[in-house]
Amino acid sequence: MMPDALLEVKDLHTYFELEEGTLKAVNGVSFTIRKNRTLGIVGESGCGKSVTAQSIMRITPTKNSSMRGQILLHHESGAVDVAQLDEDGDEMRDLRGRDIAMIFQEPMTAFSPVHTVGNQIMEALFVHGERDKRAARKRVIALLDEVGIPAPERRIDEYPFQLSGGMRQRSMIAMAIILNPRLLIADEPTTALDVTIQAQILRLMKRLQRDNGMAIMFITHDLGVIANMADDVAVMYLGKIVEYGASRQIFNDPKHPYTKGLMRSIPKFGTTIGKHLATIKGTVPVPLDPPDACPFANRCAEFIAGTCDVRMPAAVTVAPGHSVNCVLYE
Amino acid sequence: MTFGKYLIQRLIYAFLVLIVISFLIFMIVQLPRGDAVDRIVNARQAQGDIITEEDEAALRAQYGLDKPIYVQYFIWATQFVSGNMGHSMLGIPVNKLISERLAATMLLSIISLIVTYALAVPIGIFSATHQYSLGDYFWTFVGFIGLATPNFLLALILLFLFHKFFGLSIGGLFSPGVEEQPWSLAKALDLINHLWIPIIVIVTAQTAGTIRTMRATLLDELGQQYVITARAKGLRYRQLLFKYPVRLALNPIVNSVGYILPRLISGQTIVAIVMNLPTLGPLLFSALLAEDVELATSILMIQSILAVIGVILGDIMLSVYDPRIRMEKGVT
Repeated sequence: MMPDALLEVKDLHTYFELEEGTLKAVNGVSFTIRKNRTLGIVGESGCGKSVTAQSIMRITPTKNSSMRGQILLHHESGAVDVAQLDEDGDEMRDLRGRDIAMIFQEPMTAFSPVHTVGNQIMEALFVHGERDKRAARKRVIALLDEVGIPAPERRIDEYPFQLSGGMRQRSMIAMAIILNPRLLIADEPTTALDVTIQAQILRLMKRLQRDNGMAIMFITHDLGVIANMADDVAVMYLGKIVEYGASRQIFNDPKHPYTKGLMRSIPKFGTTIGKHLATIKGTVPVPLDPPDACPFANRCAEFIAGTCDVRMPAAVTVAPGHSVNCVLYE
Repeated sequence: MTFGKYLIQRLIYAFLVLIVISFLIFMIVQLPRGDAVDRIVNARQAQGDIITEEDEAALRAQYGLDKPIYVQYFIWATQFVSGNMGHSMLGIPVNKLISERLAATMLLSIISLIVTYALAVPIGIFSATHQYSLGDYFWTFVGFIGLATPNFLLALILLFLFHKFFGLSIGGLFSPGVEEQPWSLAKALDLINHLWIPIIVIVTAQTAGTIRTMRATLLDELGQQYVITARAKGLRYRQLLFKYPVRLALNPIVNSVGYILPRLISGQTIVAIVMNLPTLGPLLFSALLAEDVELATSILMIQSILAVIGVILGDIMLSVYDPRIRMEKGVT
């Protein structure tokens, strides 16, 4: 274990039992989130990155999902295996919001439309033991000010639909950090925002991370945002992590054919004029009862028949802290 | 826009709508061939009376039927507005006929509505939160039985069963002879004894639909992102269930409270006829059959007024309940 590890996920599986079969949304994922650092999880839609986040929060739809693996949350006094907690139990509920908080992609739908933002933010304090309503209100106003919402004493009594998209996301961030969580999970927090607002929100998150000392798990499909935000990067594909390492390792020296494909698909200023942008052919398959093989095999340009489609490649360490799951490096 | 201004605007629109409706009602009730005088003449002739042309004309003049239709409309409308709804063909003032039945109608409708919501909302919540469980299937089954059984049939079955096994006659709202007595504890108890069977019949029909609505809207709300947000904050499921999704799922039900007003009159007419309930539905029905123009027009008009008020009331309640609607209408 790394000395500064905050959250260690070990061999996490989250399956959904559907009528069509078993949907292996997260299929053996391991990573470590370090204190005060940002882990970026990058991948296309449907690769399991959001379900990974929901599994850590233990808020996957309960009825047909099953989970196994370890999610170790380290405290000074030891570690709690979040995966072993009763998801409806007091211990897990106390952990949510206090130790691990989460912000979501669409702040419009993530807030209840018929309650004021103040009401919903204060609620985070009330469920975790605050009794004094006036103090809670004061705290929320101060926090809204801190996340850059003008006239917070007026905004606190407004409804989500009265705020702009950027302000809604700022309010959402305020709601998440009000209890100073040690880990903030951000599930595509800037995807629904336009680019200038996106930059503001990212700056805000970095500032809050520095000031409050929290780790961030940043989920996105946007490599530009990852490059800007993340210290470490995990590249996910079809429920598995295919490459994992420090941000500069992934961006300067991508190893996995999938990661390379992603890098090629980034438009580069000045160099791609008049040319088609590189794409990865095909689409992400649905992980319904997937075979035990490299998930990327059917789209890979360097596919080796009889090898890639018969077994899942093991993680190979190509440099200190940089690992890749691909037979090319075995 | 202030709330008062909004209300005044709505009331002005409502008034205009009612003028149009009143004209339509008046015209439609007059549509059938022949008029009330024709029927009086026929009845008298059947008894052997000899009716001359002059007698007929005199009758027409007496009822105002000799004037052009628009004049008749204006006479009726001004009378109606001043509170005089004319006389039924039997010579009884329409005001009296309606007010006699209004209390019973409202009593039945309001009690059955409260019972309906008191049953349907919790069952709907249970069904949605326990989707596809045994309990959900049970209530769905019961609900569909209630929905599929014709009301009047259920009423007939209950009448028969109570008569056969308990020797009770449960028609009407009072036992024979009790209605004319002054109010007393015994009379109230007699009323309660008669009231619950029609309420069962009415509630059975209404509850099923409301359960389905509640279940469907709540299921929809349970899948919303804000439910996940609330869980991520650390709320208990039960806390968040009632604060967020149930609150939003009640929207259509809050809105529909306004629509019960018109139903006070014509809702459950067949049941009322079968069970001999002294409500307005059967009165309207017989008035229409007998071409009792003044009575039918008045009842239909009152029903329209209630419908328009009901819609306004529903809108107001919903805008009090849901800030989005308030803002949409620009009301503060």
